[in-house]
Amino acid sequence: MLQPGFADPVAGAQACFRAVLDAMARPGQIRAAGADLSPPEPLAPATAAVLLTLLDYDTPVWLDSATAAAREWIAFHCGAPIVSDIAACGFAVALACPGLSTMPAGSHESPESAATLVLQVKALGCGRQFRLQGPGLRVPATLAVAGLPTDFAGAWQDNHALFPRGIDIVLCAGTSLAALPRGVAVQEV
Amino acid sequence: MRDDAGPEEPHAARRRWMAVLARADASELAALLDRHTVMPRYARLRGPEAGLVMVRGRTGGGGGPFNLGEMTVTRCSVRTESGQIGHAYIAGRDARRAELAAVVDAMLQDPAQTFELRAKVIEPLADVQRAQRAEVAAKAAATKVQFFAMRNMRA
Repeated sequence: MLQPGFADPVAGAQACFRAVLDAMARPGQIRAAGADLSPPEPLAPATAAVLLTLLDYDTPVWLDSATAAAREWIAFHCGAPIVSDIAACGFAVALACPGLSTMPAGSHESPESAATLVLQVKALGCGRQFRLQGPGLRVPATLAVAGLPTDFAGAWQDNHALFPRGIDIVLCAGTSLAALPRGVAVQEV
Repeated sequence: MRDDAGPEEPHAARRRWMAVLARADASELAALLDRHTVMPRYARLRGPEAGLVMVRGRTGGGGGPFNLGEMTVTRCSVRTESGQIGHAYIAGRDARRAELAAVVDAMLQDPAQTFELRAKVIEPLADVQRAQRAEVAAKAAATKVQFFAMRNMRA
């Protein structure tokens, strides 16, 4: 059954945009988003809020087999075209981390055309610890994430090495989100 | 106008009632609903919200399409308690009218209500709209210039 989106679309999207902006500017920090949403399974409120905020008819979106259950909701509220080829997406929404190298990493002429992965994980703030270093961090930050694949740090380093190309990740769990912009180096502690 | 949903046009009936609802006057529609039905409880899925759509035109029958201009449209989507989803797109920015039309669209999809609602709400509205169209057409017809006749006179 189709669920509503933001009760107040403008204020809701602005608040969530600010949360994503802050999370991108300060990797490792956890922000709140989507507390007033009741999205369809299997999307968490934070994931749904990010999608409602960032997706529109201009952003082809790729869904993994789990998030495809929310396809109707995403199509209705975001109006984004849903693509089956991950290499053609602007955003990817997943519960299981897809291969980072399979997503468009942009070009040197327009690195902004790289894709963004909205990855829903089990929890933020507990689980395996990652040390983050890079722009926006005077001292290395620590981010704990439960539900990332075991080889994540290695796959991310390959993506980080492409800079200024490379994808960005928004990690979502429950009503909180954190971000890994491509410029940040990740080391498992 | 066709009323039943044929296999070649599965949405013909719904298309028709949505068109009637989109043109209906809000107070007239509310009065008819008041008299004949009980409004269900519903949740707003989207809107009502106003926006712009580009209206495209064509010069003559075979000319290329061009953008005529933008018009204001208000849309609304609702879900009733029984699970039907209704949509409405109306010209202008009357949010109440869009919401009402969306709710009625959802109610009309309920097989238990559709026949009664169509007879008591949609048909009267369609009759009014038809009469209005006929009146405008008659006024316009009275001022029609018979170019054909003028040419005949000169000849």
